[in-house]
Amino acid sequence: MMIEKFEEITAEEQTAVAERDHTVKVCVAAGCLSSQSDQVLAALKDGASDHHGCHVKGVGCMGLCSQGPLVAVESKNSKTGAVMYQNVQPEDAPDIVDSLGKKPVARLELKTNVPFFQRQKKIVLENSGEIDPERIEEYIAAEGYQGLLTAVTEMTPIEVIDEIVRSGLRGRGGGGYPTGLKWTTVAKMDGPTKYVICNADEGDPGAFMDRSVLESDPHRVLEGMAIAGYAVGANEGYIYVRGEYPLAVERLKLAIRQANRLGVLGNRLLGTTFDFNIHIRLGAGAFVCGEETALIASIEGKRGTPRPRPPYPAEYGLWGKPTLINNVETFANVPAILRKGGAWYAGIGTEKSKGTKVFALAGSIQNTGLIEVPMGMSLREIIYDIGGGVPTGECKAVQTGGPSGGCIPADYFDTPVDYESLKALGSIMGSGGMIIMDDSSSMVDVARYFMEFCMTESCGKCIPCRVGTVHMHNLLDKIYKGKAQQRDLDMLEKLCDMVMNTSLCGLGQTAPNPVLSTLRYFRHEYLDLLVDGEGNGRIDTAVAPEPVEA
Amino acid sequence: MKRQTQARIITLKIDGVDVAAREHETILELAQENNIFIPTLCHLDGLSEYGGCRICVVEVKGSNRLFPACMTYATEGMEVITNSERLRLYRYSILDMLFTERNHVCSVCVSNGHCELQYLAAKLGMTRVEVPYLNPNVPVDASHAHFIMDHNRCILCQRCVRVCGEIEGAFTKGVMGRGVNTRIIHDLNGAWGDSATCTSCGKCVNVCPTGALVEKGKSAGEMVKRRDWLPYLRLMQED
Repeated sequence: MMIEKFEEITAEEQTAVAERDHTVKVCVAAGCLSSQSDQVLAALKDGASDHHGCHVKGVGCMGLCSQGPLVAVESKNSKTGAVMYQNVQPEDAPDIVDSLGKKPVARLELKTNVPFFQRQKKIVLENSGEIDPERIEEYIAAEGYQGLLTAVTEMTPIEVIDEIVRSGLRGRGGGGYPTGLKWTTVAKMDGPTKYVICNADEGDPGAFMDRSVLESDPHRVLEGMAIAGYAVGANEGYIYVRGEYPLAVERLKLAIRQANRLGVLGNRLLGTTFDFNIHIRLGAGAFVCGEETALIASIEGKRGTPRPRPPYPAEYGLWGKPTLINNVETFANVPAILRKGGAWYAGIGTEKSKGTKVFALAGSIQNTGLIEVPMGMSLREIIYDIGGGVPTGECKAVQTGGPSGGCIPADYFDTPVDYESLKALGSIMGSGGMIIMDDSSSMVDVARYFMEFCMTESCGKCIPCRVGTVHMHNLLDKIYKGKAQQRDLDMLEKLCDMVMNTSLCGLGQTAPNPVLSTLRYFRHEYLDLLVDGEGNGRIDTAVAPEPVEA
Repeated sequence: MKRQTQARIITLKIDGVDVAAREHETILELAQENNIFIPTLCHLDGLSEYGGCRICVVEVKGSNRLFPACMTYATEGMEVITNSERLRLYRYSILDMLFTERNHVCSVCVSNGHCELQYLAAKLGMTRVEVPYLNPNVPVDASHAHFIMDHNRCILCQRCVRVCGEIEGAFTKGVMGRGVNTRIIHDLNGAWGDSATCTSCGKCVNVCPTGALVEKGKSAGEMVKRRDWLPYLRLMQED
C-alpha cells in the first residue's frame, strides 16, 4: 500500500521537474543563511515569478561555505550541466534570472570541475544541496524511506543488523565502535521497552557536520533511527540536539510532523505493525552532554553529568532500559546501506574503516566548508587538493577530533585518514572537525585554547578533570607567557598522565590529548618559551652538548 | 543496592588474597570485608554510589584502565591491585587537587582532627602540595539557624545532596555551575536559612566528610560527626 503511495509521490515530483526548464537552488543552511541567503532566495523567487518554467527553491548545504551564499542553476536543455554561483547578493538576482537559458553570469560563476567537487564521494550528503529539506516529497522522490520500507516489509530485524554488520559501519561520533555490534548488543537485551537515541549534541570547536546534515536532509536521520528501532526492537526514539542549533531543530520538527502525517513514522508505520515515534530534546549548552551517559541523564531531566561505565547504555540506558545511542552521521549512513546493501558500503574505504566520512574544514584554509570523502584518503589530498591549501604561509599542522584529539604535523600528511592511523599519530578521528593551522599559530597557544575549553566544559563531578584541567591550563598559560621553568613542564606532563588515567568520562580522559600531541611533535616550541630561575630564556636542552668524557 | 537472594558465588584475588564474593558485590565492599584498605571520599555506606572522587581507583590485571572500586563489580578470576606505586602517585595527586581547589586551612577548621580529607592525607603520607593553591573567593552561608555551609571546605563529594534526596527526601540540596565553579546550593540558589524545603534534620551535616557542613557554635576541632545511623535507615527503606 505504501509502495504505491511512494510511487505516486515520486511520479508527481518527476512530472513537476520535467515541466520545469530551470531549477534554481539557493542554499538555506546555516552557513549561507548567515550571509543573508534568505534574501537572495526571496529576490530570486521575486525575479523569477513571471519567468515561466523556472522554479526557485531553498536547498541544504552545498559544501563550499566560505564562498556563500551559493546558488546552483540546473537547466533542462543545458549541455554543460549545473552552473554554480558564489557570493550571490540579492542585487544579483535579476542578472541570474536574465541569464537563464543563456550564457551564465561570468562574474559570479564558480567552477565545479575543481577537485573540491570532483574528489568527493557523497553518501551522507547525497541529498544535501539537491533537495528542499522542508519537503518530504522531495526526499521520497530521491529514494528516501525506501530503506525503511525494505527493512520493515521484507526483512527480519536480524537481517537488518546483518546488513549493518556486513557494511562495516563504525560509529561516526568519534569512537569508531562497530555499529553492527552495538545494534546486536541492544537487540539481544531482554525487555519490552528499549530506546534509540540520536546524539546531535555536536560541540567540538570548528565542527559543523551534524548541523549541516540535520539542516540539509533531516528525513535521512529519521529514517536511520526508525530502521535502528526496528532492528533492535525499540519503539521510541529521542534526538538530543544542542540548543544552539535552532534551524536544525525547526527542520527536524517539521520533518517529524510531515513523516507522521504521511505514516512513515508513528504508530503502525508504513502499514505494518511496527510503531516508532521520535521526540526531540534540546541540550542546554553543556559540551559534556555529548558523552552518552551524561546525555541520557540530561534527557531524563537530571543534571548532565556522566556516570562510570559499565553498565553501558546498551544494558542500562535511558530510564534504566536498554538504549541504542548513535551519532547523527552514523544514522545518516544507514538508509543508504539498506538501499544499496552492506557489501556495496564495505567496498568503499579502507580495510578497517569502511565508507565515507564527512569533515568540516575550518581554520587557515582556502575552501572552508563541508566535505565527504572515502576513508583512506590522505590528509594531504584533503587539505591541499580539496581544501585548496592554506591562503598564506606554510601549512603547519591539522587539528582533528576537537578537544579530545590532537595536532598532526605537516610531515605526516601522507597518512591515510582512518580510525587506526589517526590514533597511532596521537590524535583521533573524532566527529570530523579539521582545523588547519599555518605557521603563524603557536602550538602552545593551541594547546592552551583547548585546555581552556575543557576547563570550562568540565562538569565538575570528578576531581581530576575538575581541578586538573584548571592547573594544566594555568601551567600552559604560564609557559605561553614565558614565565615557566622546566619543572613546570614536568608538572604539566605529570598532570596530563594523572587526568588521562583517573578521570571518570571521555572528556577528562582525553582532555590532555591536545597537550600530549603538541608536546610529541612540537616540543621545541614549549622549550623555547621556558626560562631559568633568573627569568632568562634558556638554552634548548634538545640540542644540549654531549658530556665531555673525563 | 538490592541483593539477589540466590546470587552466584565467585572467587577473585585482591592484592594476592583469595576472596569469595557474591555477584553484585563491589571491589570496595569486598576489600572492606577482608580488611584491605582502599581510600574513599565520596563513598558512604548507606548512600548510592557516586563515583566522582576517583581516589578509590584500583588496577585490574590484564587491563591498562583504572577502575573505581566503589562502582566496579567483582567478576570471576579478577585480579585486583589496590596499592601499587602508580596508584599511590595518582591518589596523592588527587589529594593535591583537592587541597589546592578551595581553602582548606586545618588549624582553624572546626572539623580539625575529625576530617576525612585530613585523615586520608595523613594516611597516604602527604606532606605538601605540588601545585599552586587556587585560593578562590568562595562564600560561607551561615543563614541557617543551626548549621553553617562553608564552601571553602567543600570537596563536592555530593554526599549531602544524596542524603538530602535519598534518605530525608527533602531535595533541598542541589548542584549549580560547571567545572571548578560548581557549587552546592539550597533550593534555587537561595540562602539556606530561607529554604522552605529544608527540614533542619542535620543529616547533611553528619555525612559531610570535611568542615564544609558544620553545626553552629563549635570551635576549632570540636565538630565530630555521627553517621552510624545511615546503613540502618537504608535497610529500613529496602524493607
